[in-house]
Amino acid sequence: MRRSNNHGLALAILLAGSLSLTACNAGSGATGGGGAAAATADKSKVTVALTGEPVNLDFTKTAGAAIPQALMSNVYEGLVKIDQDGKIVPLLAESWTVSPDGKVYTFKLRQGAKFSNGEAFTASDVKFSIERVKSDAWVSSLKSKMDVVDSVSVVSDTEVAIALKQPSNAWLFNMGTPVGAIFDPSGVADLANTAIGTGPYDIKAWNRGQSIEFAARDGYWGEKPKVKTVSLRYFADAVATTNALKTGDVDVVYNMQAPELLSSFTSDSKFQVLEGTSNGEIVLSMNNKVAPFNDVRVRKAVMYAIDRQAVVDTAWGGYGKVIGAPVPPTDPYYEDLNNLYPHDPAKAKQLLKEAGAENLDITFTVPTRPYATAVSEIVVSQLAEVGIKAKIESAEFPAVWLDKVFTKHNYQMSVVLAVESRDLLTMFNNPNYYLGYDNSKIKDVAAAADSADEAGYASGMKQVVRTIAEDAAADALFLFPNIVVAKAGVTGVPANSVTEALDLSAIGWK
Amino acid sequence: MAIRLLINLARFLGTYVAATVLVFLLMRAIPGDPAQIALGVNATPELVARTQAEFGTDRPLVTQYFDWAFGLPFGDFGISYVTHQDISPLVLDRVQVSLILVLLAMIVALLIAIPFGTFAAVRHRNPSGILISGLSQLGVAVPNFLAGILLVVVFAVGLGWFPANGWTPPGQDFGGFLSRVFLPVLALASVQGAILTRYVRSAVMEVMSEDYLRTARSKGLGPLESLLKHGLRNAAIPVLTVTSVQLAALIIGAVVIERVFVIPGLGSMLLDAVGNRDLLTVQSVVMVLVAITLVINLVVDVLYTVLDPRIRKKA
Repeated sequence: MRRSNNHGLALAILLAGSLSLTACNAGSGATGGGGAAAATADKSKVTVALTGEPVNLDFTKTAGAAIPQALMSNVYEGLVKIDQDGKIVPLLAESWTVSPDGKVYTFKLRQGAKFSNGEAFTASDVKFSIERVKSDAWVSSLKSKMDVVDSVSVVSDTEVAIALKQPSNAWLFNMGTPVGAIFDPSGVADLANTAIGTGPYDIKAWNRGQSIEFAARDGYWGEKPKVKTVSLRYFADAVATTNALKTGDVDVVYNMQAPELLSSFTSDSKFQVLEGTSNGEIVLSMNNKVAPFNDVRVRKAVMYAIDRQAVVDTAWGGYGKVIGAPVPPTDPYYEDLNNLYPHDPAKAKQLLKEAGAENLDITFTVPTRPYATAVSEIVVSQLAEVGIKAKIESAEFPAVWLDKVFTKHNYQMSVVLAVESRDLLTMFNNPNYYLGYDNSKIKDVAAAADSADEAGYASGMKQVVRTIAEDAAADALFLFPNIVVAKAGVTGVPANSVTEALDLSAIGWK
Repeated sequence: MAIRLLINLARFLGTYVAATVLVFLLMRAIPGDPAQIALGVNATPELVARTQAEFGTDRPLVTQYFDWAFGLPFGDFGISYVTHQDISPLVLDRVQVSLILVLLAMIVALLIAIPFGTFAAVRHRNPSGILISGLSQLGVAVPNFLAGILLVVVFAVGLGWFPANGWTPPGQDFGGFLSRVFLPVLALASVQGAILTRYVRSAVMEVMSEDYLRTARSKGLGPLESLLKHGLRNAAIPVLTVTSVQLAALIIGAVVIERVFVIPGLGSMLLDAVGNRDLLTVQSVVMVLVAITLVINLVVDVLYTVLDPRIRKKA
């Protein structure tokens, strides 16, 4: 009997040991709230549920949307910002002028802005930040967006002149995305763990695998955030997020990935459901370089074969917008091209006949993402109606899909959510991209549009879009919705997801 | 006894080394280049090559293996391909969470299994004993994740008694810790308890048929008294063996339960790392799990010797 007591004791010591270890660790913080009991809203705090946790805090070295989603607008700010309608508005720059040749941007900077480490924001920080993007310090593929910059000169503490190699409309927009984030030279030592910016929030605690807590900064130069604390909580799947919303653990579920779970919220007055737009186009990609899709008639046949509204209704519960071309309506060169390829199976069959491609057998490589599997089944059945037999081959996302489809171009048809903002030229103005689109017809027009004035930019890019659509380079099935589910009392959630940033400062309570 | 210990130790080391080789090779066999995945789409080939050099994935496999395997025992798991940070402290953070979960679940499972199993054995001909047997049979058939989902649906979303998911360290807010740990521990322990109940029942029944128990009974001890005085210690040996095996199974069950309840333990870390093709992290977490399992086996082997004098003498 004595020995078994010892055994119990040993177990108790082991457990106590691990408990105290965790206790020591508690200093690094953890999610607050006592669960269901805390359901009564604490109006000084908002908890937002997201899927996909940042792996670190350094978007200069790490790809993916999760880090800028949490940090841009909240911790880091740029000279300009992209608002909810996709417009470029001033942020750390009060105003700017462009030289007549369109090559030199002179920004007048806001005074009194400070970094969270106490340093004042000046023109030299702008110079430092932009030059840093061009240096080896940035490893992210986003850095190429700064290639067009020739030099940065500090005119005075509050004025900076940026000279471009050639005029570029895309560049000013990009200054509102992560490449335009302004850093303090003494604040970049440990970007992976410590984020120092001029934004309205500071990171108070980061509990890996769980949540990031933001605290409103005293002395922020701009308008004060609506609540003192915002917590971003990360979940592996949509069911876990809605469970947490129902039990009161979170207040907002941002970018809901499962429309089938929405019905219990739309019918409940305790909750609100918002449908915003996003930058994400669900693109049905056809490998332009391999048979049968190297024949434009076959690609057009696919465009006619697919009833895009039916795809949205079946695959995504009617949430999402049919766009007709891979451009979101928040881009300045958007144009409604939905009438270009109406659903017309007869026409599709005729085109296939002309191409000598009746009774086609193709392989459809589908990444293992919820939207992709949902979309693939309806697409396959619609293709079957015109005589294209598509065999679904599943590719684990991201690893296998990136390797096979994106890198090796070893595929015929695939479907993927293209999320990057203003990514039209990334996708189509590069024949070595996985779509393999022959860009000879758009290359010069696109370059001219980028160097033109604002109006010329829009009209030139519209021409590019039309060329791409007429060539049936890829089928943009629909614009991915940004579905937000929140408690009824929550206000100011930015429902449109126009850039990677999720601006938390306007979120508050009624 | 010393020889037996040495054999155990040698077996421990041999299995461990074999596991490192196996895990390493398996990780290299899965498709996808970690550098390309870490950089995401739109990365230039030059950038990919530079990142491969930074990660060291462009070196010969043998070099990569030795570099990793020799660091392991010293707590050097290398630098993550995805977070660009030391893996060891991150793993250590997660190990604590998983250990708490697993140990609590095992304690609760034993608290269920020992009384119920013993009762079912003593009353094995009565309806109450048969009922417990039947229930435990049912419990064995339920997968951990299903138990977890059912508990969430009923007690968190339905009744609102507990939070549906999340984790609070016990040192930070003990009440919060208990409310969050209750459902996951119950999910693990109910299934585990059912399995162990069956083992306790058969172990006790076997002991009850032994001659020495009959002798004890003939000396006038009641059935329960004789069992408590002479039987339970003997029944403890097979139960201990099974408990150790089940402890390993429980760690695997925790991997799944952590996902269901969004708990930042080793399991969540492992699944995230697999998704991100963070090979070094996957390898290291798997080896930590292997090491924990092996240590449990070693400890149980030693306890076994201590508990049963017959084994001690044989060796």
